[in-house]
Amino acid sequence: MNLAKLRPSARLLPVLASLGVLILLYAGGCLMFENFGSLRVLINLFGDNAFLGVAAVGATFVILSGGIDLSVGAVVAFTGVLIASLIGHGQPPLLAIGLALGFGAGFGALMGALIHLYALPPFLVTLGGMFLARGLAFVVHPESLSIDHPFYGEFISQTLSVPVSRRLAIPFTAFALIAVVLAGTALARWSRFGRNVLALGSSESSARLMGVPIGSTKILVYTLGGFLSALGGVVATFYMQSGNPASFVGLELDAIAAAVIGGTLLRGGVGYIPGTLVGVLILGLIQTLVIFQGTLNSWWTRIAVGGLLFVFIVLQQLTSRRRDG
Amino acid sequence: MSAPVLVCRGLTKRFPGVVALDGVDFCARGGEVHALMGENGAGKSTLIKALTGVHPRDAGEAEVDGRPVHPRSPREAEAAGISTVYQEVNLIPDLSVAENICLGRQRTRLGFIRWGDARTRARAALARLGLELDVDRTLSECSIAIQQLVAIARATDIDARVLILDEPTSSLDAGEVAQLFTVVRRLRDRGLAIVFVSHFLDQVYALADRITVLRNGRLVGEFPVAELPRLQLVAHMMGRSVDEVEALRHRERPAAAPGEPLLSTRGLALRHAVLPLDLELRRGEVLGLGGLLGSGRTEVARLLFGLDRADAGETRLEGRPVTFHSPADAMRAGLALTPEDRKTQAILPNLTVRENLIVALQARRGLWKQIPRAEQDRLVADFTRALGIKTSGPEQLIRNLSGGNQQKVILARWLATEPRLLILDEPTRGIDVGAQADIERLLARLRDEGLAIVFICADTAELSRNSQRIAVLRDHAKVAELTGPDVNEQAVMRAIARETAA
Repeated sequence: MNLAKLRPSARLLPVLASLGVLILLYAGGCLMFENFGSLRVLINLFGDNAFLGVAAVGATFVILSGGIDLSVGAVVAFTGVLIASLIGHGQPPLLAIGLALGFGAGFGALMGALIHLYALPPFLVTLGGMFLARGLAFVVHPESLSIDHPFYGEFISQTLSVPVSRRLAIPFTAFALIAVVLAGTALARWSRFGRNVLALGSSESSARLMGVPIGSTKILVYTLGGFLSALGGVVATFYMQSGNPASFVGLELDAIAAAVIGGTLLRGGVGYIPGTLVGVLILGLIQTLVIFQGTLNSWWTRIAVGGLLFVFIVLQQLTSRRRDG
Repeated sequence: MSAPVLVCRGLTKRFPGVVALDGVDFCARGGEVHALMGENGAGKSTLIKALTGVHPRDAGEAEVDGRPVHPRSPREAEAAGISTVYQEVNLIPDLSVAENICLGRQRTRLGFIRWGDARTRARAALARLGLELDVDRTLSECSIAIQQLVAIARATDIDARVLILDEPTSSLDAGEVAQLFTVVRRLRDRGLAIVFVSHFLDQVYALADRITVLRNGRLVGEFPVAELPRLQLVAHMMGRSVDEVEALRHRERPAAAPGEPLLSTRGLALRHAVLPLDLELRRGEVLGLGGLLGSGRTEVARLLFGLDRADAGETRLEGRPVTFHSPADAMRAGLALTPEDRKTQAILPNLTVRENLIVALQARRGLWKQIPRAEQDRLVADFTRALGIKTSGPEQLIRNLSGGNQQKVILARWLATEPRLLILDEPTRGIDVGAQADIERLLARLRDEGLAIVFICADTAELSRNSQRIAVLRDHAKVAELTGPDVNEQAVMRAIARETAA
């Protein structure tokens, strides 16, 4: 075994640092509050943040390709309302979910095609996508719409969850999150598509001369982003048992924050899908800590995330500068 | 004579308003290095891009081993056996060496990339070039020379028949060039047809077996190296007679007539960049800054111009102490700097020639006092004529000019501010012989007009040809100052070498 290989590369440092922060936050919570270390808190951490995690994996892919997706929150909301409305009109839930996923993928593909074919900045195209999806969500149904169907009531929340004790079960959403993170990791690390995405994000002109299919990779990565946003929306309906056109405003920014805290460079080309999971769990833990503390206003979650983000982007800058020097 | 591998007949490529390539014939043979020469804008890059599928050609034929090829993308060109290493390293900085060699050709099992196989293949490709590297290293951590060799390893990892090297040496130092040439000769001996594009005549004569010269998109001719003296080659490239070129080369160096000192430094230093430095810059004199790559020449320029703040020593302007806190301060005092990296530090690629030209003057006058359009147009017309800038008009985008013409616009940008001290960092790097001669002539004229000039140049011949005094740097310190008869190539080399031996 080569000792040099055991030394973490400068690249991995931000991810290891965020893993350290995650462990510190968890240990700190356990020391400060009774019951914080209970299995229930841990399971809820995964279950409650699953929709954000699923969407954040998609956002990470888009960022890795050198782009950005601002439509995440709007697509999640639209998907939720669409499913709730379709089920409300008597459609079978699986058809509703399938249509929602198809919409998400198609919507992403459309934005990707605009970005590629007209060489438009992703920021503007997905900003347009954000307004469009948010507006369409209100067209589908102008207010919150609860889902009342045995598929949701029993199948998802009971049949598909795994009981660990009499009063505690791991919800299906937690498994969905783990599955998406694993699949995303495999796609980024072991597929040609994933490597092309990283190459594209690192240097588009080089990637083109090296024979990377720029157009299809770009369109596909936004398709994947849209699909995972929609899947995030589906997971959110499992969790909330409703759809609301006004919900998840700014979720895309949480997703971007999670990716960056997890070691993904916003300029593209460098990042890790498991890091994004760590980022999502850090956001979730901060929220849990604020709730446990009890007297703090919930805005303190935002303040803590903001501070953390500052620390991490400075850290990334320092580690990448050391590499250049 | 070995068998032709790549044969082109009548290649033609038109761009709006120009015929970039006009019925060019070209033939590269197996086991030979074939140099493609010509001034910037002669059509070398277009020829290469037409062969590699970056620009589809408008007419003509190309064959590899007798099979017609019509690449529409670099990938198709590779499939036809034409591999290319482009001018700037075109690899992915954030990926590993192994991945850069195998990207797009990774072998998979059940759709999963076999990383072990990729590493093995990368090691094998590097071993064929006689290199041993840690293939897991991130590419951006490797030196430019190593990156260039990795690019060649990638290009030869496939079963290439033709290897095109488009100015692979422009950012390498002498030792790295030697290493690259060893690799290229090894590939040539394995029977590859190698097409080599370079501005450095020495390198062409050291490596090439045959030379094809292009001028203005047309073929001038194909010559065996042994039958083409340098002077004749330059004459072919410039479209002038040998006598004219001879006259240009042996221009008399005017005797130094040192004017009064303009700017002087005493003990000027910056940690990790410049050791305490005494310099005196005089009006009407070109001070050459010589030394190897990385000896601190650019760092000195940055200090003088206020881009970096010195942490010791003092600068005096006409005898009075001054401190430049920023380039804006330096500009107000009449300094100007054309940086080393034209593409990223000097030109504003998406702006026009006019906008690029007036930007420094506008900055000096202040943002609220816009230069009247009539004055802008007059400035552009004057400088275009005075410097011989070849452009289709003041509103052409600067990125569409050749390197030499871009450099002239940058010079004009600073001359428009009427500076007293001009610092030129590698003004002739990567530009063609004709533009280089123009810039050298301009240098002499500005000196005669009384400007103080700092001329930074890696080429010792060019440096001693154009300077009245030369300060030689080595390891961030001034190790010699040559004056009068000592201003010559040998003395510069000796100054560099003496310290190396010590």
